Amino acid sequence: MPLIELDHVVTIFGNDPEGALARVRAGADKKALLAETNHVLGLDDITLSIEAGEIFVVMGLSGSGKSTLVRHINRLIDSTAGAVRIDGTDIMALSKKELIALRRRRIAMVFQRFGLLPHRRVLENAAYGLEIRGLPRAEREARAQEWLERVGLKGYEDRYPGELSGGMQQRVGLARALAADTDIILMDEAFSALDPLIRSELQDELVALQRATGKTIVFITHDLDEALRLADRIAILKDGRLVQVGTPTDILLSPADPYVEAFVRDVNRARALTVDSLMQPPALRLSEESIGEALAAMRRTKSDVAYVVDDGRFAGVVTKEGLERAAVTQGTGEAVAAVAEAHPAVTADTAIESAIPTLLESPHPLPVVTEDGELAGIVRPESVSEVLVSERTQADLVETATAGQEVGRRADIDSAA
Amino acid sequence: MNIFPDIRGPIAAATNDLVDFLVVDYGDAFEAFSNVLLQALLFIERGLRALPPWAMILIIAAVALAASRKPLMAVGAAAGLWFIGALGMWDQAMQTLAIILVSVCFCILVGLPLGVLAASSRMFRRGLIPVLDLMQTIPSFVYLIPAAMLFGLGKVPAILATVIYALPPLIRLTDLGIREVDGEVVEASRAFGATRAQILTGVQIPLSLPTIMQGINQTTMLALSMVVIASMIGARGVGETVLLGLQRNDSGTGLVGGITIVILAVVIDRITQAYGRRLQRHRSAEA
Ligand SMILES: Nc1ncnc2c1ncn2[C@@H]1O[C@H](COP(=O)(O)OP(=O)(O)OP(=O)(O)O)[C@@H](O)[C@H]1O
Ligand SMILES: [Mg+2]
Repeated sequence: MPLIELDHVVTIFGNDPEGALARVRAGADKKALLAETNHVLGLDDITLSIEAGEIFVVMGLSGSGKSTLVRHINRLIDSTAGAVRIDGTDIMALSKKELIALRRRRIAMVFQRFGLLPHRRVLENAAYGLEIRGLPRAEREARAQEWLERVGLKGYEDRYPGELSGGMQQRVGLARALAADTDIILMDEAFSALDPLIRSELQDELVALQRATGKTIVFITHDLDEALRLADRIAILKDGRLVQVGTPTDILLSPADPYVEAFVRDVNRARALTVDSLMQPPALRLSEESIGEALAAMRRTKSDVAYVVDDGRFAGVVTKEGLERAAVTQGTGEAVAAVAEAHPAVTADTAIESAIPTLLESPHPLPVVTEDGELAGIVRPESVSEVLVSERTQADLVETATAGQEVGRRADIDSAA
Repeated sequence: MNIFPDIRGPIAAATNDLVDFLVVDYGDAFEAFSNVLLQALLFIERGLRALPPWAMILIIAAVALAASRKPLMAVGAAAGLWFIGALGMWDQAMQTLAIILVSVCFCILVGLPLGVLAASSRMFRRGLIPVLDLMQTIPSFVYLIPAAMLFGLGKVPAILATVIYALPPLIRLTDLGIREVDGEVVEASRAFGATRAQILTGVQIPLSLPTIMQGINQTTMLALSMVVIASMIGARGVGETVLLGLQRNDSGTGLVGGITIVILAVVIDRITQAYGRRLQRHRSAEA
C-alpha cells in the first residue's frame, strides 16, 4: 500500500466550489473556469501515490498548483472532491483530534515564505513543533539546537527571525521541520532562498538523511536540476493538472508533451542521466566456457570482444586475437576466466558526465556493473551522443545544416558569376 | 396628507415595557452584577486613596519608566501628578482613576473575546460592526435612562456608560490586529498540529499585541472623556468638579477640573503609547 495517495482530487477556490465542480467535470480547464464562473481551479483531478521512503518531487510553473497540492497532504486545504489517504486512511474523514495527532506525529512542513514566528527567538522557532507536542523545554531545545547546528546556524539561537537573512530564515524553517522528527516531510521550495553553495550542500545532506532514516519527502521546486538531483520520482503539474509522473530518466528521455519538453530542454543531461539509461546487453557474455568454446561462440556471433563473468561477478574481457594466442600457448581446454584481461568498468548509477573519461579511454564498449559487481550491460560511445542531444535540438541541427548548405551553394553561384 | 405611519408610540412603549420587565423580573440579577462591579471599584478606589500621595507619584513614575525606558518620561509623569495635587484635586483624581481602571479592565474582559470572535467569523463581524457604530454614535443619555433604572443612580451605571462608549475601538483593533497576522505563520502553526487555543495564545494574540495596545490606549482616552457625563449620574471624581463649576457658573473651578482631566489623559496616553511602541520593536526589524 502506498504511504500517501491522492485519489481524483479536485480543488476549486471561490464562493461556490461545489457549483463550479460540475463545470470541471464537464471538462472546463483552469482558464475556462475562471472566465465562466470566476472560480480558480487549484487542482484538476489529481491521482497519484507516493511510496514510503521515496523523495517525490513536484514541479511546475508558478501558479500551477504545487503549493496547493502538498497542502492537501496535511489537510491545510480541504479538497472539493476526491480523497486523500495516508496509510490507506482517508484524512478528510478524520476527527479534529485525529487530524492534530497526524500533524504532530507524522507530517512536518517547510514553508515557501518560511512561516516563522517573528516574536520568538531562532531556537524557540526550531523547537516549535516539539513544543506544540508538549515536550519539556530542555529536551525540545536540545533537539532543536542539534538541528540548527546541522543546517549551519550555530551561534544564531538567540536572534529573532527578523534579524536573519532570507536564506538563514529558510534554514530555521528546515531545522524546525527536521526537529519534529516525523516520517513525512513536506518541503515547499525549501531551498529556493539559499545560495548555490549551501543549496547543493543541503541537497546532499537531505539525500543522505533520507537514505539513513527512510523518511518520505515531498519536495517542491522550480529548478529541474534540483529535481533531478533529489528525486526518486518527479510529478509535473500544469494549470492544476498532472502532466507526467516518472523517474528523472523517464521525464528526460520521454517527455509526455511539449510543456514537459520545454522544461527539460536546457537541462545538463550528461549530469542528470546515469549510465544505466544508455545501457545495452553485451553482445557476448562468457562464464564457464573453455577457450575453444569461447572462440566458437565468437565466430558464431561475429564479435571481436566478449565479457567474462566469473562466479557471478564481472571478471574482465577477452578478445578474439587474445583467445587465439592463448589457444596456442595454453591449449583450447583452459577455462576462459583464467585468461580474461582486466578492463575498466563503471557502476550503473554513475552520471554520464563522470563516466565519459573512462568511456573515451576504454578500448572496447564500457562494461556497466551493479553495486555487487554483477555485469549489467555495456555502453557504446555512440549512444552517449544520441541521448545527450534532445530530439528538439536534433531537429534544430538538421535545419541549420540544410540552411548552411543553401548558403554554401549560393556562395558557389556568386563566385562563379 | 400624512405619509408617516405612527411608529414612535409603539417603539417607545415596547422599550418601556422591556425595561419594566427587566427591572421587575431580573432586578436581583442586575443587582448582583452591579454589586460585583461596585465591590471591585470600591476596592481599587480605597487602595488608591489609602496610598500616601508621594508613594503614588513614585509608583506612577516607576510604571512610566518601565513602559518607556526613558527617565524623562518618568519625571514628566511625576510632575504631572504633583501638579494635580497642588491643584487640590488629588482625591478626585484618584476616584476618577479608579473608575477608569475598572472600566478599562471591564472593556478588556469583554472586548478581547469579541474582537477574537469577530476576526474568526465573518458572519459575526458583519453583525457586530453596526452595533459598534451605534455604541459610538448614540448619545449617552439615551442608555443612561434605562441603566439608571436597572442599576440605580451612582457608580455602576457610570461605569457601564463609560464601557459602552469606550469599548468599540478595542474590539475593532483586536479584530484588525488578528486578521493582519501573516497567514503563513498561522498556517505553519496549524501544520505542526497546534490547537485553536495554541494558535490564539501562541501566535495570533502575541503578534497582534501592538495593535491591541493601540486599542487599549484609545479605549482609555475615550473612558477619560466620559468622566463629566459619568459624574452627572452620580460618579464621584474630577467630573464632579467640572460639573460644579458649570452649575455655579464658576469658570475657575471648571478650569481646575479641566486641567486635571487633561493631565491625567496625557500621563496615561504617554505611558500606554510608549509600552505599545516597545512591543513593536522586533516587529520592525522583520520587515
Ligand atoms: N486561497 C486561495 N484562494 C484563491 N485562489 C488560490 C488560493 N490559493 C491558491 N490559489 C490559486 O491556485 C493556483 C495555484 O496556486 P499555488 O500557490 O498552489 O501555486 P504554486 O504552483 O505553488 O506557485 P508558486 O511556484 O508561485 O509558489 C493559483 O492560480 C492561485 O491563484
Ligand atoms: Mg507555491
